[in-house]
Amino acid sequence: MAEEVVLFGTRGSPYTCRIEIALKLKGVQYKYIDEDLANKSPSLLKYNPVHKKVPVLVHNGKPVLESLVILEYIDETWQGYPILPEDPYERATARFWAKFIDEKCFPAIFKSCWGEEREREKAVEEVSVVLKILEDELKEKKFFGGENVGLVDIVAVVIGFSLGVYEEAARVELLNKEKLPRLCNWIDDFLSNSFIKESLPPRDKLIAYLRNRFRSGNASK
Amino acid sequence: MDEEVLLLGSWGSPFSRRVEMALKLKGIEYRYIEEDLTNKSPSLLKYNPVHKKVPVLVHNGKPVVESLVILEYIDETWKDHPILPKDPYERAHARFWAKFIDEKSSIAGFKACCWGEEKEREKAKEEAFEKLQFLENELKEKRFFGGENIGLVDITGNIIGYWLGVFEEASGVKLLTREKFPKLCNWADEFVSASAIKENLPPRDKLLATLRRRLGGANASK
Repeated sequence: MAEEVVLFGTRGSPYTCRIEIALKLKGVQYKYIDEDLANKSPSLLKYNPVHKKVPVLVHNGKPVLESLVILEYIDETWQGYPILPEDPYERATARFWAKFIDEKCFPAIFKSCWGEEREREKAVEEVSVVLKILEDELKEKKFFGGENVGLVDIVAVVIGFSLGVYEEAARVELLNKEKLPRLCNWIDDFLSNSFIKESLPPRDKLIAYLRNRFRSGNASK
Repeated sequence: MDEEVLLLGSWGSPFSRRVEMALKLKGIEYRYIEEDLTNKSPSLLKYNPVHKKVPVLVHNGKPVVESLVILEYIDETWKDHPILPKDPYERAHARFWAKFIDEKSSIAGFKACCWGEEKEREKAKEEAFEKLQFLENELKEKRFFGGENIGLVDITGNIIGYWLGVFEEASGVKLLTREKFPKLCNWADEFVSASAIKENLPPRDKLLATLRRRLGGANASK
């Protein structure tokens, strides 16, 4: 049975990256379409009329939106590598941390590097608090998902990759290696995973793009 | 098998009530503990150290937090009267709309429409109308967002089904009008009439009084 999987995304967006990681972990063949967000395609607007954003996964013509929703969809649709655990309590725990990263960590990371001047200091403090919470949650595990990469690790691409890139591009230090040894180890393991490596955008290109976009004019998301 | 289900909640919170609605729909017995959010109990702080918020569902001693996460947990743990559909695509669809309702601080947005400062209010109203219009369109000819029966999106939409009306009455600001949103208004009527829901709504007068006291000029806190 022919199956068509199309991913609309932008290289450089951690949200798009998450989906590519998940599809690769599951061994799903897909077509990738890069969107120019300054000039959105008719397809994107058709598939995501509510938010007009990427990523959008289109499976046999039917669109799925919002990265966390897409990740759950991928896990439920394709067997093989499990992204979420089986046990309901562990699933709830994974979903909690995924939300935490999205709602508390990434916005603080972004603001501390690219936010308005007066917001930045407070955001840097916030980053320190949330990263410590994650450090404590990691405990002795190799990944948030345990022995293998799971939902939380995938969602945490914003920490595993984006954080370091933003630090370099904005010349801000956020990751305190003495205070966060487990998280630093996790980042190393995260970046060593072959499926993840394949899904990451080229670092230098992203740094140049970020500097150009956010330092030369208004910061817009 | 002995099972202990405990819910730490707050009587006026739609987030807390969502969990009660789901437990009721599924016929799950539980013990309820009312939290005083100005004086949080050691239990709450122990079970939800990260956010220190209600609702918290404690099942056989293990805490689950965040209302949407709890709803999914309830659906996966107790299989009768499913809240989410079976099909992955329809599940994704339901999750999308649940997120949509919750996102961009739905409650804060409605409060801003009703009690915000002049400039803030106009902008908040525009956003609220846009949001309500999307939901109106999504409802189509369905009785509930979940189809024939109440589902995840309906439960999550309790803010719109009930709380919004109370905000409107407390502040005198009208948002959900029958002219603009006929389907959504019908849905709200059906929603609050459903038995599992009716029994789990905070008393209107009490909520009105609390809102008027707290928000008639003072800052709103969640």
